[in-house]
Amino acid sequence: MTALLVRPAGRRLVRAGRLSTTVSARSVVVGAAGLAATAAVAVVSIGQGSFTIAPADVVDVLLGGGTGAQRLVVLDLRLPRILTALLVGAALAASGALTQTFTRNPLASPDVLGVTNGASLGAVAVIVLAGPASGAVPLAALAGGLVAATLVYLLAWRRGIDGYRLVLVGLGVGEIVQSGVSWFLVRAEIVDAARATVWLNGSVAGADWAQVRPLAAALAVLLPVAVATSFTLQALQFDDDVTRSLGVRLQPARLAVVLTAVALAAAAVSAAGPVEFVAFVVPQIALRLCGGSRPPVLVSAILGALLVSAADLAARTTLPDRELPVGLVTAIVGAPYLLWLLVRTNRRVSA
Amino acid sequence: MAATLRPARPARSKRSGPRRGTALAALATAVAAAVVLSLAVGAQTLSPAEVWHAVVAPEPGAQATAIVRDLRLPRTILGLLVGLALGAAGALTQGHTRNPIADPGLLGISAGAAFAVVIGIQLGADALTGYVWFAFAGALLASVLVFGIAAGRQGGPTPVALALAGMAISSLLSAFTQSILLADDASLNVFRFWVVGSLSGRDTGVAAQVSPFIVAGLLLALFNAPALNALGLGEDVARALGQRVFAARAVGVAAIVLLTGAATAACGPIGFLGLVVPHAARALTGPDHRWLIPCSALAGAAVLLAADVLGRVVVRPAELQTGIVLAAVGAPFFIALVRRRRGVVKL
Repeated sequence: MTALLVRPAGRRLVRAGRLSTTVSARSVVVGAAGLAATAAVAVVSIGQGSFTIAPADVVDVLLGGGTGAQRLVVLDLRLPRILTALLVGAALAASGALTQTFTRNPLASPDVLGVTNGASLGAVAVIVLAGPASGAVPLAALAGGLVAATLVYLLAWRRGIDGYRLVLVGLGVGEIVQSGVSWFLVRAEIVDAARATVWLNGSVAGADWAQVRPLAAALAVLLPVAVATSFTLQALQFDDDVTRSLGVRLQPARLAVVLTAVALAAAAVSAAGPVEFVAFVVPQIALRLCGGSRPPVLVSAILGALLVSAADLAARTTLPDRELPVGLVTAIVGAPYLLWLLVRTNRRVSA
Repeated sequence: MAATLRPARPARSKRSGPRRGTALAALATAVAAAVVLSLAVGAQTLSPAEVWHAVVAPEPGAQATAIVRDLRLPRTILGLLVGLALGAAGALTQGHTRNPIADPGLLGISAGAAFAVVIGIQLGADALTGYVWFAFAGALLASVLVFGIAAGRQGGPTPVALALAGMAISSLLSAFTQSILLADDASLNVFRFWVVGSLSGRDTGVAAQVSPFIVAGLLLALFNAPALNALGLGEDVARALGQRVFAARAVGVAAIVLLTGAATAACGPIGFLGLVVPHAARALTGPDHRWLIPCSALAGAAVLLAADVLGRVVVRPAELQTGIVLAAVGAPFFIALVRRRRGVVKL
């Protein structure tokens, strides 16, 4: 699609039939290391809890062995939670990488597309009006997120979508929706306000297979799409005129990217609440680890899964008497790392 | 002879002097109108004549005098100060981070203030006014940390570094804040009213406490404007033009901190105001910060006072928090502005 006449240094050409792309050795190494670390964290995390299981036994159970009790604990109790953490992290980080690239703004995250705030309003409304036990919370979150994102897109449309206008409209819509959330929180009984606050911080506690299946199905479709759009993303990071002259049909390409980003974020937020920080910080970390001019989608997804699963492990194990929501731990773990990268880096990174 | 050596005067653009002057005058008028409304409208609406009397020739014991001088005047002065502060700080923040979605709280200020307020609640500081110094100290510490991190790296405090460091510190601090609140419903109960942002319930002392910081911040902001224009051309060009880049950034950040820190301390985080007002002002003035900063400050004051008045009227005799009104009324207006063809001047 975007013919690169000069191959940048440090990148290798990969061909598959008529498709070809360049891959940097650094991102392959980072991605592989990230995958290995994620697998290790997942295995350790499955073993941790009131019924401790050694990592070797965990692997054994996952491969089909193990005792009856071990199988119950691993497969029915802990695996759904770990999988939710992994999938939510991957979805949010990929969504953030897409959003940051096409808006050309390092501060952008799916928040500016309206998804997170819309989902929050849906969920908080249900919690306050119908009580937290209601099974409608994820559905309300999903519906709220999609409605708000559609609203943002339609309001930002003016003979096409412009990234600059989209983020500003997104902020405006997000603020209206957010004021709805504040209004509910101020009006609610303190018990409901406290429960809503728990949801608003993002949590994967209590996830079961009923939550994992739709999330996994969504990611199985959306992640490959997200990676496929990175070919056009490569062009979308430039000025509109440059993008067009590279042969990209601007509006369809942008719509595809926005749709993918919104769907990924909506799936994640409806499953676990807004674990917001991931979508913003992970693409920036991935960018600084891999180098290049824009956050890499696939590596972001891998590192997102790593961050959320590690944060979940920390959330479950550090404080024995009470559990922190995973959304808080991602910030406590991720923010210092980003700061360290920021201070240490001597490369000029723009996106 | 000397005249012929001067460089040719650039062709007059659409946004040249007279138009910007008109915008400034119009905004000043709007602020004056908002002040009058803020003094007159409320649970008991007074006529402008009654307001005038109460301000100029107060009659001790008269009801109108009591309402205006004891209740509405302090609140109006506070709204005026905070609006000016957030409008100017918003323009500065967006200029220094070169990011249209940066709000004045971005540099850790709102999150730092919120964290300190929660600490204050834990330590038993009393009433909303007791949090002023906590909030201000928190804002100050957090933003010094952000600037230190951004400045400590190779390449100095570039716009991206400032924005990312601010975002990271903000997230970190709000994670701490939330973890305290999750464990303590009593604190959440106080905090949720602080965080929504409001002008009501602040006593007379608050405006007096924060006004020196806001005045100093406004002066620094105006002083910073020419340098910020040069920085907008890129740091290398700015350096070549003789700007001391680091000093300019430091002055700008100091102004942002003074203004936003004082405003947040007084009213809670009303960051949205500082986010949207500069975009509206930029549509009037263009990107020149020497005009943008004063216009943005005036627009901030007018909008904040108008939102506060509206909050008193819509659910009479109760009140809607200013922050909520701002979002509910200001955001649709902002979206309409952004949708106009030449509504937004890109940074």
